[in-house]
Amino acid sequence: MAAPVRAALMITCLGDMFFPEVGVAMVRLLRGLGVEVDFPEGQTCCGMPLFNSGYHHDAALIAARTVKLFERAEHVVVPSGSCAWMVKTEYPGLLKHDPALRAAAESLARRTRELSQFLVEVLGVSRVDSKFEGKVTYHDSCHLLRGLGESTAPRALLRGVPGVELVELPGADQCCGFGGSFSVRLPEVSSAILDKKLANVEATGARCLVACDAGCLMQMGGGLTRRGSAVKAVHLAQVLAGEVSR
Amino acid sequence: MSEELLRTPFPERAGAALQDAFLQEALTIATTKFIDLRKEAFAGFPAGEALRDRARAIKEATLQHLDVHLERLADNVERLGGTVHWAATGEEAREIVLRLCRDRGVRMAVKSKSMATEEIDLNEALEHAGVTPVETDLGEYIIQLAHEKPSHIIAPAIHKTKGQVAELFSRELRGQFPADPEVLTGVARKALREKFLQADMGITGANFAVADTGTVVLVTNEGNGRMVTSLPRIHVALMGIEKVIPSMSDLVVFLAILARSATGQKLSSYTTLVRGPRRAGELEGPEEFHLILLDNGRARQIASTLREALYCLRCGACLNVCPVYRQIGGHAYGYTYPGPIGILLTAMLKGNRSVRELAHASSLCGACKDVCPVRIDIPRMLIELREHLDREKIAPWTERVVFRAFRRLLLSPTAFRLSARAGRLLQRPFVRQGRLRGLPLLFGRWTRTRDLPPVAARTFRERWKELR
Repeated sequence: MAAPVRAALMITCLGDMFFPEVGVAMVRLLRGLGVEVDFPEGQTCCGMPLFNSGYHHDAALIAARTVKLFERAEHVVVPSGSCAWMVKTEYPGLLKHDPALRAAAESLARRTRELSQFLVEVLGVSRVDSKFEGKVTYHDSCHLLRGLGESTAPRALLRGVPGVELVELPGADQCCGFGGSFSVRLPEVSSAILDKKLANVEATGARCLVACDAGCLMQMGGGLTRRGSAVKAVHLAQVLAGEVSR
Repeated sequence: MSEELLRTPFPERAGAALQDAFLQEALTIATTKFIDLRKEAFAGFPAGEALRDRARAIKEATLQHLDVHLERLADNVERLGGTVHWAATGEEAREIVLRLCRDRGVRMAVKSKSMATEEIDLNEALEHAGVTPVETDLGEYIIQLAHEKPSHIIAPAIHKTKGQVAELFSRELRGQFPADPEVLTGVARKALREKFLQADMGITGANFAVADTGTVVLVTNEGNGRMVTSLPRIHVALMGIEKVIPSMSDLVVFLAILARSATGQKLSSYTTLVRGPRRAGELEGPEEFHLILLDNGRARQIASTLREALYCLRCGACLNVCPVYRQIGGHAYGYTYPGPIGILLTAMLKGNRSVRELAHASSLCGACKDVCPVRIDIPRMLIELREHLDREKIAPWTERVVFRAFRRLLLSPTAFRLSARAGRLLQRPFVRQGRLRGLPLLFGRWTRTRDLPPVAARTFRERWKELR
């Protein structure tokens, strides 16, 4: 029998502090698929907020630390397209001045995957043993869609869940208005973008809005509860682990 | 753009735009239409993706030897009987046009749409010198009548509804006109015909200039470009130096993707190729042709951060898909070039200090990069621009302090853990039905319109112990 796949969880700062239930769902989901899950405890954040705001020297320090922390992991799984993008696309460039670190960053980039991509590409999963009842709709997170080029894996996985009826979200590929610090630098603009997104979401008649990024879920979920909507914003892992209550 | 407008901070300008119901209506309709048309155009054009790569490669290669191509262009224009002027700054370019007007007794100039002339505030300079500029592109004509500035690179009056245009025409052109685009276009056409015949000078920009042949290329949809370049006795074309391309075979590549990106057309209705003034035996065309090559901050970016912005074809596709532009329109940006590419061009033309706030007017969603015909990596360049703002200490010191503190937090797992605990304590008074509302300080910017999840009773890290 082949050795089990071993994966380290990169929980992300938002995932750790605000959405621990997503991490828990991920652990159950992965273990259910026979993956040995590890959690390197020294992790904090990928540094993307610093990087995106132009604090590159600072982001490089975080990147160097993260690269070392995950040095021994066979696979690194991230429940957030943007953080996965940061590690995969930006770490090598940030650490380019130190050849050893750069090589380590390139290695980490190769071993790191966003959850849906890990499930489909590494584990070859097409359907998981879960259940759900009703309509869901899916929002393409910008970094997962345009940064990592992924739009099919999350949809395929959702369709594979017995009981899920996936309704396409009009303008699914349009930004939700989060954008990290953008959401507080220009809160009115960010909220105006969100309003259009949520109007589309509510028009689908879905009971759950699924995404693969803690940032988008914070933005869209925060908007949905504020307007007293019946639609619930959930992470893909929660649907796949069967942890979305009715 | 007016200094008065720029005295209002950008977030307030954006906020005002969000409250403008006319603007919101007009923007949503127009940008949605542009997005759909572009998508359709490329869906039916399988060669498009490879041509975009080609176009990008041509721009890249041309910039490597920009001086050579510009010299060749200048030589060929002069060989055809035209005159070439080099302008290092906007002011120099204005001076060149004004001198021509003075020397040749020009009293009225008709213009076809040109962002380069907007960039150097040519209309104001002409008016000041007693020359009447008349915009002949319908959109430009509308905003000239309204005493406004373009709010979109290719659709300057995108911020106006047809109802507003009907009102404007009725007032300015004395009549009672219905909000019917066909009628309004007819009104403008009639008014403009006379101007074409009266004008002494035609002023245009240039979408491209072909070095090998000395050809200035104009891409238009209304036919006004032809009138401007052929009826008046003098034609002046003003172009940024990055608009030069080596050969006619390159032009084919650009023409195939430009209109598709801009309006979803295979080609624009008119593609005007101008080669010098009227020659002996020719029946039409101007007696004099002048080409002004404008630097205005471009050359120094060839080997610098903003280099890729010099590839820009000014198609406006990145504006149409930008979630920020789609909410606030072009005027709120405050400068000639709006939208994501506009932020970069503003930094190029006006310096980094002018984009201190604008550099952050993007969620970095990447939609702009996706549709750019020459694949300019706008989000990456915005991030690099922000890096310069930090390095040059243009970013506010408060922000720099906050981010440095944040870095320290992220470098220490202990501090990070403790911050979760502190958050749990501090958030207590603000928890309503399991969500945070009405937070103070910076957090209030979030909770004014959205709930925030509270810091979890137990973070993942704390729960991991029992999951292990």
